Amino acid sequence: MAKSDLDRGSRAFTRKLKRYSIFSIARHAGNYHQEWQQAWSHAEPKTAYDAVIIGGGGHGLATAYYLANIYGMTNIALIEKGWLGGGNTGRNTTIIRSNYMWDESAAIYEHALKLWEGLSQDLNFNVMFSQRGVLTISHSEHELREMSRRVHAIRLNGIDSDMLSPAAIKKLVPMINIEPNIRYPVLGGFLQKRAGTARHDAVAWGYARAADELGVDIIQNCEVVGLRRNKDKIIGIETTKGNIKTPKVGCVVAGHSSVLADMANIKLPIASRPLQAIVSEPIKPILDTVIMSNAVHMYISQSDKGEMVLGAGVDKYNSYAQTGSWPIPEHMVAAAVDLFPFLSQLRMLRQWGGIVDICPDASPIISKTDIRGLYFNCGWGTGGFKATPGSGHIFADLIANDRPNSIALPYSLKRFETGFLIDEHGAAGVAH
Amino acid sequence: MLKIKCPYCGYRNESEFSCGGEAHIARPAVSNKITDSAFCEYLFMRENPKGVFLERWCHTSGCRRWFNIARDTVSHEIYEIYLMGNTPKTVKGKKAYQANWRRTSKAEAASKTPKRTKK
Ligand SMILES: Cc1cc2nc3c(=O)[nH]c(=O)nc-3n(C[C@H](O)[C@H](O)[C@H](O)COP(=O)(O)OP(=O)(O)OC[C@H]3O[C@@H](n4cnc5c(N)ncnc54)[C@H](O)[C@@H]3O)c2cc1C
Ligand SMILES: [Zn+2]
Repeated sequence: MAKSDLDRGSRAFTRKLKRYSIFSIARHAGNYHQEWQQAWSHAEPKTAYDAVIIGGGGHGLATAYYLANIYGMTNIALIEKGWLGGGNTGRNTTIIRSNYMWDESAAIYEHALKLWEGLSQDLNFNVMFSQRGVLTISHSEHELREMSRRVHAIRLNGIDSDMLSPAAIKKLVPMINIEPNIRYPVLGGFLQKRAGTARHDAVAWGYARAADELGVDIIQNCEVVGLRRNKDKIIGIETTKGNIKTPKVGCVVAGHSSVLADMANIKLPIASRPLQAIVSEPIKPILDTVIMSNAVHMYISQSDKGEMVLGAGVDKYNSYAQTGSWPIPEHMVAAAVDLFPFLSQLRMLRQWGGIVDICPDASPIISKTDIRGLYFNCGWGTGGFKATPGSGHIFADLIANDRPNSIALPYSLKRFETGFLIDEHGAAGVAH
Repeated sequence: MLKIKCPYCGYRNESEFSCGGEAHIARPAVSNKITDSAFCEYLFMRENPKGVFLERWCHTSGCRRWFNIARDTVSHEIYEIYLMGNTPKTVKGKKAYQANWRRTSKAEAASKTPKRTKK
């Protein structure tokens, strides 16, 4: 018999799931894939839980999974107003890297990258993590010097980063033009080989399936409309499916953080802005690394389906409409064509936007609040997908123990009072 | 593309403008006398509503003058455009102005010039 029924070891699973493996795929091929088990169950809310996580994006789902898996908190619920991964998790361009300059950032993003490296095995779900490398190129002498200063800082934190000459870049990316007399000459660049991409939906689904198996109630199509408090203590939440009592609430709602904060009369330094992306029609494989340019302000990669995936900077005014304003795609395409003229011959297939939560220092907030039992994980802005496993892991630790660990500590909301900001604007690559 | 009516130049495309974020944030006049937390509210904390938002805009590629807009952050509908130094006149604009926590914040109280006292 195939090993698909293998028991998953010592963890106390409350719902027994069949393991995904090459054998299970072969076995299900025999009956035309008609009999796959449901990946996670659709729960309805109970009246009380030990903790509630609001937001069913990657960060929220990861938080719920680690709370159950590491801290044994299985009487918890995850509440999502739409469908799992329907926010920024399912809208992002999936770039994963840890080459940030400041120590605080290096610690959190590298923690996440290490978790990415074993994530498919841990979740028994193929998140298609592909360490294809992220290459940041520079177009001026000044940028190149600043880049090498940054690379040294990154290496001092034990994170892989290599400066590349134009010739080495040409070898890595044969389609790039390294002639010195073009509009944006490529003078050099730096590469993180362990960086890459992952399948965004699979990350949400993998965490959901694993959390559900551990007994977490995953409740979709349920919007949180109020936070209940008793003086300075959280006592429950109000949702479109009724009220729920709970002593601990973790808010992980990205672009909607300020809306949740308003429900509790808490102030956040966040602005909600659309961030857009575009994909082209699919073409044959030409690019197997991710390329970023700070000066031209764009980044590009090729998806497994062959589409060229393009992204750029955020919209310039606050918005909760998940579409984005028109001048931005125009800039995005112009920048891409500046860098890769052949792109002008491609047709663009889709454009979309997600509402990102921008912090003044472009670093996240993973923090307790003045209200006991109320925690926020937000401010990831344009670059939080890469942090998903690390963010969930650290946030679960904060919620379970009610005190920040050493990685979370600098990300407290209090830093805006003390002035210890973690200024990551453009400190590594473009803003992603 | 938003069409924004600059009070000085008339209707222009949004690409001619830049947005300066939340309007009506008054700098505390006595910043050395207020607490760090009150100053933090002035410097970093921001109103970020899903709905009517009062914000500053500048006609950067035109007359380069600043003005205020009351705009909905979901539909992007512009309810009102009014000059710097004024407060909104429409019902929606007035409501958004009054509802903002900043109206009762310590930082805003400290922005009113203190009375001069004779020595
Ligand atoms: C176009 C684009 C490109 C990006 N590219 C990259 C990239 O290349 N690399 C990278 O690292 N990052 C990237 N990002 C950023 C990244 O997507 C986010 O930082 C990250 O996915 C945030 O995850 P999350 O789980 O916190 O938020 P989300 O996935 O947005 O999840 C939040 C969830 O909360 C739910 N919610 C909100 N309000 C409520 C409520 N009241 N009740 C219940 N549920 C609620 C929402 O429906 C949503 O599903 C990009 C973002 C965008 C938009
Ligand atoms: Zn003008």
